[in-house]
Amino acid sequence: MHELGVTESIVNIALDKAKEAQASKIVKINIVVGELSGFVPDCIEFYFDFVSKDSIAEGAKLHFELAPAEFRCRTCSTIFHSHDSTWTCPKCQSQSVEITGGRELYVENMEVE
Amino acid sequence: MKKIEIVQNILEANESIASQNQRLLDEYKVFAINIMSSPGAGKTSLILQTIARLKDKLRIGVVEGDFASTIDADKVKDEAAAVVQITTRNMSEQCALIANMVSHALKCLPLGDIDLLLIENVGNLLCPAEFVLGEHRRVVISSLPEGDDKPIKYPVIFADADAVVINKLDFLPYVDFDIAAFEKAIKRLNPGVKILQVSCKTGAGIENWCSWLLDELKANRIGK
Ligand SMILES: Nc1nc2c(ncn2[C@@H]2O[C@H](COP(=O)(O)OP(=O)(O)OP(=O)(O)O)[C@@H](O)[C@H]2O)c(=O)[nH]1
Ligand SMILES: [Mg+2]
Ligand SMILES: [Zn+2]
Repeated sequence: MHELGVTESIVNIALDKAKEAQASKIVKINIVVGELSGFVPDCIEFYFDFVSKDSIAEGAKLHFELAPAEFRCRTCSTIFHSHDSTWTCPKCQSQSVEITGGRELYVENMEVE
Repeated sequence: MKKIEIVQNILEANESIASQNQRLLDEYKVFAINIMSSPGAGKTSLILQTIARLKDKLRIGVVEGDFASTIDADKVKDEAAAVVQITTRNMSEQCALIANMVSHALKCLPLGDIDLLLIENVGNLLCPAEFVLGEHRRVVISSLPEGDDKPIKYPVIFADADAVVINKLDFLPYVDFDIAAFEKAIKRLNPGVKILQVSCKTGAGIENWCSWLLDELKANRIGK
C-alpha cells in the first residue's frame, strides 16, 4: 500500500490551492490516474476520509479519471491506444514503442465554495 | 461553487526530495543504484556477489528496504562498508521505498567513505516504479522461475530501467523461460537498456554485471 502518502499529497495540494483562492470548503477534487500506474483509486478514497478529517477538505467528493495507456511508435511516430498488451503500431505494425500516457497521477482541478 | 484549475503532479513532493538526495550523493561522489525486483528474484544475492567482487576496488554502502524484517541487512552487514536498514511496515508507503526514507538513510551513512551505494528496494514490480529515490541508475532483476512475461505485465518498471539483470540462469534446464522473447519484450519499450544474464548461485555473468557497474560509475563521474 503506498496510497497513504499519495493521499496526503493530494490533500496538501488541495488545501494550498483552496487557501490561495480563499475558499471555505472543498466540495470535489478531480484526480487523473494513469491506467499503467500502480495507484488504486479505492485505496486513495479509503485514506482520504482519515487524512482530510477536520480540514476544509473533509467530506469532499473524489472523482477519478482513468488516463488510458498511450504509446508512440518509434518507427513512424503514430500515437495510439492499446487495450490489450500487444502494443503494436496500427499504422506500420512496428513493435518498438514508447509509453507516452497511462502513467499520470495529478490533481486536475477542484470545486470549492 | 467555483472551479479551480490545478494540474499538479501528486508525486512532485517525492521527486523534489529525490533531487535533493541526488545532489547530496553527487557532493560526496557517491554513485547510487536502485535495485528493484519481485520478492526473491535475487536482490540481496546480487548485492552480496557485487560486494564480493568489487570490495577491493570500491567502498560499497547498502540501503536495505524491507517490509518487516532485518534479515537482508544482517546478511550484508559483515560484507559492506556500511549498511542502513529501512523497515517500511510502519511508514506511509509500505510496498516501496520513497525518497524521504532514503533521505533519512543517507544521514546515517558515512557518505565520504562510500563510492557505490546499492539500494535494495522492497520486493515488488509495481510500486517502486513510481517513486524515484535520487539514484543514478535503475536496475530491475527478473529471475527465471518467475516466467518471461513480466515485462508485459509490468511494463513501466522495465521501460524506465537502465539495466535488467536476468538471474538464476542455473534454472534454465528446468523452466520454460524464453530469454530471447523476454529480451525482445523489454527492448521494444526500452531500446537503450542493458540486459545481463547472471547466476548469483554459480557466479556466472557476475563479472559482466560488475564491469557494467564500473563503466557506468566512471561515465557518471566524467559527466559531472
Ligand atoms: N538457484 C539459484 N538460486 C538463487 C540465485 N540467486 C538467488 N537465489 C536464491 O533465491 C532466494 C532469494 O534470493 P534473495 O537474494 O534473498 O532475493 P531478494 O530479491 O533479495 O528477496 P527479497 O528481499 O525477499 O525480496 C535465496 O534462497 C537465494 O539463495 C541463483 O542465481 N540461482
Ligand atoms: Mg532481499
Ligand atoms: Zn508505426
